Order: sequence, then C-alpha cells, then structure tokens
Amino acid sequence: MNWYRFSSPSSFYPLAGRLIPWFAWAAAALTVVGLYIGLSIAPTDFQQGEAYRIIFIHVPTAWMSMFLYLVMAFWGALFLGFNTRLSAMMAQAIAPTGALMTFVALWTGSLWGRPTWGTYWAWDARMTSELILLFLYLGVIALRSAIDDPRRADRACAVLSLVGAVNVPIIYYSVKWWNTLHQGASVSPTGSKMASIMLAGMLVMSFAAWFYAIAVVLARVRTIIVDRERGAAWLAALPEVAKA
Amino acid sequence: MSQFFAMGGYGFYVWGAYGVAALVVIAEILSVRSKRRATLAEARLAAPTELGR
Repeated sequence: MNWYRFSSPSSFYPLAGRLIPWFAWAAAALTVVGLYIGLSIAPTDFQQGEAYRIIFIHVPTAWMSMFLYLVMAFWGALFLGFNTRLSAMMAQAIAPTGALMTFVALWTGSLWGRPTWGTYWAWDARMTSELILLFLYLGVIALRSAIDDPRRADRACAVLSLVGAVNVPIIYYSVKWWNTLHQGASVSPTGSKMASIMLAGMLVMSFAAWFYAIAVVLARVRTIIVDRERGAAWLAALPEVAKA
Repeated sequence: MSQFFAMGGYGFYVWGAYGVAALVVIAEILSVRSKRRATLAEARLAAPTELGR
C-alpha cells in the first residue's frame, strides 16, 4: 500500500469521509461506558465526596489539550519541511478543537477548584501555563484569519505553533518544577496512584475524547479541503459538489 | 434520583462541569456541520456548469 498517496487532498478527502463514522461511533460508545463508570459505578471519594467526579471530564480534556497542540505543531513542522499542503490543512483543522479542549479543561478545573481548594482560580504555574495554551490556540486561529494568502498563513501558523510547543512540557512538568496549588500527576508512564475503577473511568473517557477529536478534526479538514481546493477538477466531480 | 442530581451537595460544580462540556461538544459538531454545508454550497456555485453534464 502506498501511504504517500494519502498526502494529497484528493485521495485523503474520501478516506477521511470513510473513517469519520468509525471514530464518531467509537467515541459515542466510549462516552456512554465512561459516563456509566464515572457517574454510577465509581464510588464516592473519601476526601472530596462527589466533587471528584469532575475528574472524568477534566483530566481527559486537559490531556487532549496538550496532545492536540503537539499534533498541530507536528503537522506544522511537516508542512514547513516538505511543503505538503494537506499537513497545513490538518494543523488548521486541529486548532479549534484544541482550543475547545483547553477551554473545557480550564472551566472544569475552575469548578473543581472552588469546592476543593476554596477558589475558582489561582495564578499558579499549572493554571497559568494552561491559560497560555488557550491563548496560543486562539493566537494561531487569529493569525490565520489575519493573513489573506493561505500559503503564507500556513507558514506563519506553523512557526507560531512550533514556537508555542515549548509551553507543553512546561504545563506537564509545572507541578514538579514549581510549588503549585494544583496537585501533582496521579497517573504517569510509571504508574498510577488512583483506585483502579476511577482510573478505568478516566482512561475510557480519555479514549472517548481522543476518538471524538479525531472524528471532528477529520470532518473539519474535509471542509477545509473543499474550501481550499475550489476549482480543482476532482472536487467538481464529487457528488456533493457537482451541480444537481 | 434527586440524590444523584444533588451529588452530595456538589451538584452545581459537577453538573456545571459536565453540562458545559456537553454544550461545547454539541456546539462544535453543529458548527462543523453548518460550515460544511455553507462551503459545499459555495463550491457548487464555483463548479463549472458544463462538467459532467
């Protein structure tokens, strides 16, 4: 199988269309299972009571906010290196979903902080660097809309994404490097400090968030392809574009 | 049931978190869908009429 074939928008467009339903249904099914574990099976926390259940939204979206940024920067780097326009379109498609994941992580963290720490917000290293992540996403989106020439916009956004990528390890290690109000990591590559049923719910919700992000990014990149390849013969021949 | 929604007194925080997350997901799906429809409509206008006809 020739994988390079899919680096062209004309062959990736139908492939993405076939993949979307699989990822969307997987995300929906995992969300149902994850919510069932998180809201019904997982027991009440002995210290935080029911407030801890925010974890099943907060941690998956926070992980995705960082992961999506790195994926966006990766596609940007690929575009800068190989000048493949589909890479730039992928980066463009990821930014809004990344921004929304970051927003939800901040919002849920704030609602979790109030009952457990007594405050909605503190300027500690973890929260401040996550807020900067939101501004980076919004900056990438704003930068693109400010530049008329799409190729120049691709280049500028890729550079900004790559420069901003230094913030991701800062977010991840902020709880180690600084004395933060935010707690340290409960789950790391070396192991977990959580009860296994709570961990299971969190992991299921994380996969749900991951598949959701893939599905919605693929859907958005298809629209971007239609928008930016306008005038191409293959596009005009598509049943959804051809005149009825 | 009402006990479930009360969340041990943390209902505002828990449902505030879950509710906004659900709204964001729904809004994103609707926005992607409407953008796709609008873009396809524009592409149809731009497509050459004689193609395949």
